[in-house]
Amino acid sequence: MTFLDYAPAPESASILDLKPEYGLFIDGAFVDGTGGTFATISPATEKHITTVQSASEADVDRAVRAARRAYDTVWSRMSGADRGKYLFRIARLVQERARELAVAESLDNGKPIRESRDVDVPLVAAWFFYYAGWADKLEHAGLGSAPRALGVAGQVIPWNFPLLMLAWKIAPALAAGNTVVLKPAETTPLTALLFAEILQQADLPPGVVNIVTGAGDTGSALVTHPGIDKVAFTGSTAVGRAIAKQVAGSSKRLTLELGGKAANIVFDDAPVDQAVEGIVNGIFFNQGHVCCAGSRLLVQENVHDEVIEKLKRRMETLRVGDPLDKNTDIGAINSAAQLERIRSLSEIGEREGAERWSPACELPENGFWFAPTIFTGVDTSHRIARDEIFGPVLSVLTFRTPAEAVAKANNTPYGLSAGIWSDKGSKILAIANDLRAGVVWANTFNKFDPSSPFGGFKESGYGREGGRHGLAAYLAASGGASTVQTEQAATPRKKGTRK
Amino acid sequence: MTRLAVAKTYKLYIGGAFPRSESGRTYAVADPAGVFLANAAQASRKDARNAVVAARGAVGGWSGATAYNRGQVLYRIAEMMEGRRAQFVDELRSGLGLSERDAVADVDASIDRWVWYAGWADKYAQLVGGANPVSGPYFNLSVPVPSGVIAIVAPQDSPLLGLVNVVAPALVAGNTVVVIASERFPLPAMTFAEVLATSDVPKGVVNVLTGSPAEIAPWLASHADVDGLDLTGAGSLDWVDLEIAAADTLTRVLRPSQAEDAVAQSLERVIAWTEIKTVWHTQSLR
Amino acid sequence: MTDTDTPAAPADRALVRPFDGPATDAALRRFLHGLPGVDAVGLEQRAATLGTRSIKTASKAAALDTIVSLIDLTTLEGSDTPGRVRSLVSKAISPDPGDPSVGRVAAVCVYNDMVGHAVSALGRHHAAAGGDIAVAAVSTAFPSGRASLAVKLQDTSDAVAAGADEIDMVIDRGAFLSGRFGQVYDEIVAVEQACRRPDGSHAHLKVILETGELSTYDNVRRASWLAILAGGDFIKTSTGKVAPAATLPVTLLMLEVVRDWHLATGQRIGVKPAGGIRTSKDAISYLVAVAETVGEEWLSPHLFRFGASSLLDDVLMQKQKIATGRYSGPDYVSVV
Repeated sequence: MTFLDYAPAPESASILDLKPEYGLFIDGAFVDGTGGTFATISPATEKHITTVQSASEADVDRAVRAARRAYDTVWSRMSGADRGKYLFRIARLVQERARELAVAESLDNGKPIRESRDVDVPLVAAWFFYYAGWADKLEHAGLGSAPRALGVAGQVIPWNFPLLMLAWKIAPALAAGNTVVLKPAETTPLTALLFAEILQQADLPPGVVNIVTGAGDTGSALVTHPGIDKVAFTGSTAVGRAIAKQVAGSSKRLTLELGGKAANIVFDDAPVDQAVEGIVNGIFFNQGHVCCAGSRLLVQENVHDEVIEKLKRRMETLRVGDPLDKNTDIGAINSAAQLERIRSLSEIGEREGAERWSPACELPENGFWFAPTIFTGVDTSHRIARDEIFGPVLSVLTFRTPAEAVAKANNTPYGLSAGIWSDKGSKILAIANDLRAGVVWANTFNKFDPSSPFGGFKESGYGREGGRHGLAAYLAASGGASTVQTEQAATPRKKGTRK
Repeated sequence: MTRLAVAKTYKLYIGGAFPRSESGRTYAVADPAGVFLANAAQASRKDARNAVVAARGAVGGWSGATAYNRGQVLYRIAEMMEGRRAQFVDELRSGLGLSERDAVADVDASIDRWVWYAGWADKYAQLVGGANPVSGPYFNLSVPVPSGVIAIVAPQDSPLLGLVNVVAPALVAGNTVVVIASERFPLPAMTFAEVLATSDVPKGVVNVLTGSPAEIAPWLASHADVDGLDLTGAGSLDWVDLEIAAADTLTRVLRPSQAEDAVAQSLERVIAWTEIKTVWHTQSLR
Repeated sequence: MTDTDTPAAPADRALVRPFDGPATDAALRRFLHGLPGVDAVGLEQRAATLGTRSIKTASKAAALDTIVSLIDLTTLEGSDTPGRVRSLVSKAISPDPGDPSVGRVAAVCVYNDMVGHAVSALGRHHAAAGGDIAVAAVSTAFPSGRASLAVKLQDTSDAVAAGADEIDMVIDRGAFLSGRFGQVYDEIVAVEQACRRPDGSHAHLKVILETGELSTYDNVRRASWLAILAGGDFIKTSTGKVAPAATLPVTLLMLEVVRDWHLATGQRIGVKPAGGIRTSKDAISYLVAVAETVGEEWLSPHLFRFGASSLLDDVLMQKQKIATGRYSGPDYVSVV
């Protein structure tokens, strides 16, 4: 054994005390649904984890009614200070149970424990902490002297950051005074259910947060339910588009965090070793299951070979395998369906003539796995340069001048994020200015913070999560001269009615 | 002996020029008593398409201008309108049958509205954006940037103030505009286009179409190169379908407004057509 | 061990000049300032990630043994005496008297005037006598380097004459920071000449950059290249007399330079973090950084050293824990 074959260092799953079956979390209790059950499995082993309910339309209705009742009778009457205290409690409980949540997340999602432990769960706690402090300061949010909650928020979240996306949705909604019905993704319901237990420990009033597990039908029942006032969705552009249509003509407000095909632009004056780290972090973080992943590498032609050589060397040190091993860099692909999509697009990339490369790495037999992959010689017209792959697959393109870099970076219907690597400040700022993307990382990538607004341009969606802007997505301005409303697709006042 | 007036031919305003509709169509505009006033151009889907091309071509220059410069250009519109005050009053009186007093009030409010929005150009970003205190060694700043090309269905009952109140806020941040004027009262919009043509607004930044919103709006709503759809004046249209069409490319939509909101000056209207861009940069002395 | 695994001694390693003409300040500045920049935040985050590697069981046992083999067991005090040096040497030879399986350290590192005492104390264990422990001498007016070139050269040749196998020189940080790169370069070249013995052999040269005084990572990268260009066999972080001494990010950066140099020239340069590495856990992070940056090949005393004193004690206690299953204490390892 060589030193680099680090001995297994698995995080113990014994910290988890899972029930064999979980109900829907409605009105403060786990209850049986009427839509049957389904299993959630570990994508690393395909082993059964637990059984969860598939919420039917009637179940969703029950959850929405519970949320409405809680809004009318408790939450909308509670002082902001007390709402904030509940959120602080939740933040602390998340910190206290951080290890358990990280293990559960890696088990259910397939992401490396290093990420769930060091990124996801700490950010979850940070998100609740941040918005807790807003709850009693809404009059300072730039929405007039008495902004109002919207009412009941219906929230549908994806499987790539299950608990973190839950936090991004629930924390600002509750701080602003809304109640919530949230649907986690069907392949990753586990941490949302553990979070429901945390809400019980926090003694959050029943109905303020309701969690309904299920697949697309459940989500559809939620966003189309006439009893909700706000829809927040994170997921694919295709589903986001469908939701925008379902919500059209209603008075529901909508925020959408959708797909991306981010350009990560490396100039010849880049801090090259950190740029290589940034490329790796940009596309291989969370197996590339990241809407803001730097999936299109734009390298200045004169440093292309050097950067790619260094990137390949670095990729050879990536450790693919057991998500619960503390030394794993790349875990399992979340589902068989996603693996199939990644495979299929990669095959298309080969057929289109791009050169495919992966480091030698042994993939486990069971479970869903895909080796970190780069395609060089990719042209702007290739599908792997245009379609979101949502996996550990990087498409490498080149450019000669800053203007060409901007033109290629912006040449996409998406506009979520972008990266710039250069030591020259004036160039970075000018490029950042010209990029049509909601988040631009300069000399870094994939950084998130509750105080920092996140969200896209164009087909990457609208509305922002994080910061004051994320709070505004759950508030109606009270009018007056000083309102600063930043959400898109909103009526200026809540008066729109279906014709 | 009275002088025989020289009547104006009303056309469209696209890319800084005044073309007729490519369809060759016009429609008669009458006063409230039904007396013929003028023929207005009846824009077609191809006119709308051309207007979007013109608007897209103007985005770079207009959004790239300094906020100070944009503010001055917008203020210049007020100056130019002031010079045509009497003409606007006449048009509102003849076209809508407004009293002199009401017409003057509407024109004055329209001019003053430009002054109000012009002042926002170099200020709103400080209210909407700012530094984000992230937990790490990063300089992190959020700034609002324009969404791009905004297609607008202007208020149908307020042909001047309503028009100004939807066009001006979109321009503040650096967007360009394709606006469908009031169908029934299109003449002030085209006179306003003459103001634009003689002011400092670059060509293509504002494009004005007259004709049927019901006919043109669907083409703008579904246009993939339109970034925002302002349905403020679309309340009487089948606007839900427009919102659904816009969803195909995730175009931002502002739903129809009540009449009083449609003409109320509003910072929210400025912000509606912006995107928040957040830029992170590492910081270190080492 | 193949030929390529043997580090080339200064005279054997062809000097590479990536610039034309003499090594003037201007020529060196153009070259050194043309190197890619270092983003400090990214570098530190990469180092922190390497620090989260979890090295357990068999890997940990192997790592502890490797660490011992890479240590330059050091005493660099004004109060050093021949007795203390003998004590140090004795520990170098037999780190844990209760566990003969513990291997020997790579070298002892002492002040110039203690070289003779170290050599005699080592006896047959001295590398020059066929043993496996080298004697490293800090020289060139260590630690400040504030002396005339003549003094620095005399310092060096004294140590070599007294039997030093390795010379740890300091660069003139003042000259470096004020842009007199040519002077720094020339001094290293001159010291390397002073490392030669009459019989044609030569002491290996470690060039101490004193990264704590260079202040920026860009400077560390430039100084690393400068030291390598001028003929150093090793680049070393620190004297141990200036804080911060060795850090994982600085060492990672120097490893990246060594990796790039190897890719460009095929030559292997050693790296020695020194000062401030006190625990096995810290040292294991350095091994991880070496293995994942420049390759496991570098985990050899020819190419990587720890300049440390108390680190050895912690490694010994860790080894005792593995052997007995109980946590050990400082009374169960010998003091120097």
